[in-house]
Amino acid sequence: MAADDIWILGIRMTKFGKHPDRDTIDLAAEASMAALADGGVTMADIGILAFGNLRGPSTGQMLQKQIGQTGIPVFNVANACATGATALRTAIMAIKAGECEMGLAVGVEKLAGAGLLSGNAAQSDVNVYEPSGRVGEVAPLDGRIGTVTMPGVFAQVGMEYLYNHDYTGAEFELFARISQKNHAHSTLNPLAAYTKEMSLEQIMGDVMIAYPNTRSMCSANCDGAAAAVLVSDQKLRTLSARQQARAIKIRASVLTSDPWQEACQVLPDVNTLTRAAAKQAYEAAGVGPEDLDLVELHDCFATAELVHYDNLGLCAPGGAVDLFESGATNRNGNMPVNVSGGLESKGHPIAATGIANVWEVCHHLRGEAGDRQIDGARMGLAHVIGLGSACGVHILESASA
Amino acid sequence: MPTQIPLVDYLELGDAPHLVAQECTACGARYFDRRNACAGCFGTEFRSVPVGTEGTLRSFTIVAHAAPGVATPFVAGVVDVDGTSVKSNIINIPPDPEHVRLGMKVRLATLVVGTDDAGTDAIGFGFEPAEGD
Ligand SMILES: [Zn+2]
Repeated sequence: MAADDIWILGIRMTKFGKHPDRDTIDLAAEASMAALADGGVTMADIGILAFGNLRGPSTGQMLQKQIGQTGIPVFNVANACATGATALRTAIMAIKAGECEMGLAVGVEKLAGAGLLSGNAAQSDVNVYEPSGRVGEVAPLDGRIGTVTMPGVFAQVGMEYLYNHDYTGAEFELFARISQKNHAHSTLNPLAAYTKEMSLEQIMGDVMIAYPNTRSMCSANCDGAAAAVLVSDQKLRTLSARQQARAIKIRASVLTSDPWQEACQVLPDVNTLTRAAAKQAYEAAGVGPEDLDLVELHDCFATAELVHYDNLGLCAPGGAVDLFESGATNRNGNMPVNVSGGLESKGHPIAATGIANVWEVCHHLRGEAGDRQIDGARMGLAHVIGLGSACGVHILESASA
Repeated sequence: MPTQIPLVDYLELGDAPHLVAQECTACGARYFDRRNACAGCFGTEFRSVPVGTEGTLRSFTIVAHAAPGVATPFVAGVVDVDGTSVKSNIINIPPDPEHVRLGMKVRLATLVVGTDDAGTDAIGFGFEPAEGD
């Protein structure tokens, strides 16, 4: 232990899926109380609450009324699909700054049946054209100048990678096989929204959303929450041997936005900021990708998973297809990726995702992942990205390491 | 002939329709919307420059599922025009992966995207295949 280390003391996610009878506060409360119990502490120990619920309607203050009001500062954070990671990062920064010894980070979302994440609003033309908006448009632009839908944007992200690296194979099948891997992984995760194995034929034959992404290659809209209790190194030393043994060390916690790149005004650049976050995280932790036993990355679409192999340095530059084809990213490979089933099958309740993927990694590092345990896992990486863009990367290590 | 209005202000109509970018005079970064300062170098001077009309399709998707009111399927892509990236639909081509290919040569084309109650046509743009197909 080092004096400035921050640890995860308790962490938990709810089952992801449909929770028609429970609201965002119910879900956030379940995850929070479970995380507190997991850490062996109560709200009396918590000095800061960072709370994310991107699409509303809840706030951290509403959660406090459900589980304990102690007058501590509440930060309600919003950062697209990186909202959960931002809540985590906020609590970590508060502890690091010496403001408190323990913090609670929570992310929750209800998305079941939400349809497309973006570009979902009906649009219609006006009766008489009048330029308006930032490019003086006279009519809605979605579908007339490109697409704003997430499946379409991320489809282009994946296709651009193939173009940049002169891929000549069967692109649709390649991306479908990435999805097939994650759906297969999900069969071992009881908390995943969907736990069915899917054949390549089923995936490729599913409803086309935005080529090459079919429905089963898109993140699953669902309900869920996740929460984590963070603690300073100094405070952890005063806790029980069991608490210390199960604590997970945060070797790196990084949040980036996208630096300017030539094409970022026409297609969101999800690569540069992820590369920057990964580089900063590896440097902060003093480790490299070869030291990782598992990775949970932001496969909001099958096309996204491919590019992040490269962005996170899991392969040689340009080698994402080769890495996947080698089988390395399967759960029995040497660089298991998304053993939870990933967003495509575990689900993607937006603000919960950036804490739930950390939970997945912690679950393995503690040796508590049951049927899907990656044997001997000591170090893992969790990555999320929100369009706009925001990227969170956390590198985690077991206490016994 | 009905009056025409461009779909967006960065499309210049006339005999040789083309796109117009706002170029940072300091670093050459190009934008299709207004910026207070260059996102790349923070320079505050911009000049209008015409963007070429021929390019290469660097990425695409075929959108099959969109918001109500958006006609599908359509091809959305990114065209590299001599180093300037342009967001555009790919038009005058069957919207399937057998016809739309990464790296294909494309050129700017205009099309009527709608007509208002006053009879004014809104003219949009897309990129179409530049080689006989
Ligand atoms: Zn500039």
